[in-house]
Amino acid sequence: MKLTINGTTHELDVPKDLPVLWVLRDVLGLTGTKFGCGMALCGACTVHVDGQATRSCVTPVGSLEGRTLTTIEGLAPVEHPHPCQRAWVEKSVPQCGYCQSGQVMQAAALLATTPRPTDDDITAAMSGNLCRCGTYPRIRAAIHRAAELLAAPAPAKETP
Amino acid sequence: MKLDRRDVLKASLALGGGLLLELDTSAMAADTATTFAPSPLLRITSDDLVHVVLARVDMGQGTTTMHVQNVAEELGVDPATVRFEQSGADHAYDHPQFGFQLTGGSTSTSVSWEPYQRAGAAARQMLVTAAARQWGVPASECHVEQGSVVHAASARSARFGALASLAARESVPDVAPKTRNFTTLGTGIPRVDAPMKVNGTAEYGLDVKVPGALVAVLLRCPVPRGTLVSFEATAARALDGVRHVVQVPQGVAVVATTYWHAKQGAALVKCVWNEGELATLDSSTLLAKHRELLRSAAGVRVHEHGEVKASFEQSGLTVVEAEYALPFLAHATMEPQNATARFTDGKLEVWAPTQGPGITQAVLASALDLPVREITVHQTWVGGGFGRRIAQDYALEAAQLSRALGGQAVKVVWSREDDVQHSPYRPAATHLVKGALDAEGHVRAWHHRVATQSILADVLPDFAGALLPGAPAFVPRLVTSLINGRIERDDSAFEGVPNLPYLMDSLAVDFVRHEAGVRSMFWRSVANSHTAFATESFVDELAWAAKQDPFTFRRNLLWKQHRHRWVLELAAEKAGWTTPAPAGVGRGIAVHQSFGSYAAAVAEVSLDDDSIRVDRLVMAIDCGRVLNPDIVKSQLESCAIFGLSATLHGAITFAKGRVQQSNFHDYAPLRMNECPRIETYLRENQAPPTGVGEPGLPVIAPAVANAVYALTRQRLRSLPLTLPSKG
Repeated sequence: MKLTINGTTHELDVPKDLPVLWVLRDVLGLTGTKFGCGMALCGACTVHVDGQATRSCVTPVGSLEGRTLTTIEGLAPVEHPHPCQRAWVEKSVPQCGYCQSGQVMQAAALLATTPRPTDDDITAAMSGNLCRCGTYPRIRAAIHRAAELLAAPAPAKETP
Repeated sequence: MKLDRRDVLKASLALGGGLLLELDTSAMAADTATTFAPSPLLRITSDDLVHVVLARVDMGQGTTTMHVQNVAEELGVDPATVRFEQSGADHAYDHPQFGFQLTGGSTSTSVSWEPYQRAGAAARQMLVTAAARQWGVPASECHVEQGSVVHAASARSARFGALASLAARESVPDVAPKTRNFTTLGTGIPRVDAPMKVNGTAEYGLDVKVPGALVAVLLRCPVPRGTLVSFEATAARALDGVRHVVQVPQGVAVVATTYWHAKQGAALVKCVWNEGELATLDSSTLLAKHRELLRSAAGVRVHEHGEVKASFEQSGLTVVEAEYALPFLAHATMEPQNATARFTDGKLEVWAPTQGPGITQAVLASALDLPVREITVHQTWVGGGFGRRIAQDYALEAAQLSRALGGQAVKVVWSREDDVQHSPYRPAATHLVKGALDAEGHVRAWHHRVATQSILADVLPDFAGALLPGAPAFVPRLVTSLINGRIERDDSAFEGVPNLPYLMDSLAVDFVRHEAGVRSMFWRSVANSHTAFATESFVDELAWAAKQDPFTFRRNLLWKQHRHRWVLELAAEKAGWTTPAPAGVGRGIAVHQSFGSYAAAVAEVSLDDDSIRVDRLVMAIDCGRVLNPDIVKSQLESCAIFGLSATLHGAITFAKGRVQQSNFHDYAPLRMNECPRIETYLRENQAPPTGVGEPGLPVIAPAVANAVYALTRQRLRSLPLTLPSKG
């Protein structure tokens, strides 16, 4: 099957019921997307499918043909981070950092549809993403900050 | 071109007492053009970059930034420009208190700030001396500024990189670290490891890519310490992608091309287990056993001051007695346990998210009967530690499996279910506490009995080899048996009780050791995670029995303990303790010292359909001098949320020897929708800096339980807290 990930189309010879998380990690070596629970309970594996935050650990790769898949590696170039990534650094959100790829992807999807989220919007969008280090207060603050960064006219080079 | 620093210097590090470095300058002369490495802790390369080697493992607690910030302070460089790397297994990075290379006990800041600052100071002086010598000016007229040595009078400057080869020829001086006029220390600079942790480039153990590596899933006996009798794997072996199904010491390993294929294969393997002695283990019978022992067994008196027995016999006292029960807890790090191993020409390489590459190496050497020098450990980023990764089970599994497969590179991956059900746990513990108050509310006697198992009893046999590197195998075994006496007084079972800070006439502490048979491990704040729940709940019970305000009662009993009192008063003041709580809200307070730091919390709770809702937590800490206030605050937040998970949800329970929880739906860390408003305050002073990774945690559960009592007049004495249903 063909699968487009971060703008690149890959020809894959894998079972269609293989969760896309393992295509990313074990077949393509895109290890920014994390394995946490395997049951869509923690959100560490969150990617975007057609812009929607999706748990890749329970998404069969066969269901993604013809759809657009974005992972943390494709959210923004490393040298020009996404406003969420900039805000995450500014607020020193990550501790162990393991869940943060998923948190950032979840938050980026929220901001794409809700550019100025309220606290309640954030709670509703983010409560499916676990963080064992307890970075929730900072994630909340960083999403508000990312909303500000998105609203401000970004320097030309920083536009992803 | 890279110069191995071990080729050019023989370093011995007298941590705490200063840095003693012995340079072999003849070897250095061979090639000093690229690297200036005045210490195993740092080096400067000709491209002007300062590289810091991380002696302690950053599991999220912020030690990377701490290491970098201390070096950057002395070198006068922007911490954001400093490169950092994990240390391998190397005695140069041994923990100066533990004697081997491990991260734990909230000690990283207290043992590392000074060596790193000293290493930075020595490097600065060598750079300055080299520049001054070259320019023919007094070194005292030169200073460092943003990666250069500057001689203002002659308007000359030279980049560190350009001075590297000259500086490397200077002898390493012993320079006292700066004590004032800090530029970066004391400020809340952003974490230097944040950028790589938000774009997917930080490499955790699970992300390691070793060419040709296969992925393995292990089947383990559902009952702890059970053994494999036989297995049948025809169907699994026939599955596409499955390469090997082999017996291993832990059970059966299914080895495949991807984790998912291994998992599919594992589901088809039929195992017959000998479940062993724990097949009847049940959490309710364990609790009953603890309760029986607390009333019938003497245990070991681990502390006594005053005359407890006589004190209780005085007339006119109010005697209060209470029992507190806490379950097993899993660490549940977000990154499941894993390790990658391969053998090449008899030499072992391991990649692991461990809390100490040195301990990994030592444990593997001892278990596999390999010389230490033939084991290379690659430290990766660690997706949460909390004590779990002091255990080396995952690394041992990978190494044993690779050896069984003729050296094949293999990554052992635990599923979340494996992690929840087969990890070593924070032991279950039960406390029986009796106290006596006189008419004025003075504590005349406190008798505290703790029934639990010894963590040391589990850890020592594995680690004895690490404690005695190079010794023949029988020596660690002998030492373990000799120190078994110490296990009877293992303070990781009751720490936090013997040093109760409250003024009291007498205190007796008994450790009633009962081995449940379940593997145990240090869990964030270790025994303090259960002792503080008992002591701070019980102090609250005494306050109410004395008809005194719980804050005032504590403060009066702490008049000799100023650091406890400082944080208690700070938290109470910021929480508005003297202003009545709003209707429907209960307020509770707790204070506790652990790992050298003092923490207090005020919790505000309300009820939401008969379940407990924590609305607000106000926390205060005294950890001495503060190196990075933002990281201290982040660790208080982290301890609050980790502590709330245990307070409201956390329990590993056994039935018929099996763990009844399996994943995040039934072993549920706190989620954002349950996260209260958290306010954090620092009571800074000039005491030497102490740790913050754990000390904020112990106060959380008792503060919440005390708040529930204030609101409902129901004293909840078991964790997780559950209100009796009103039905």
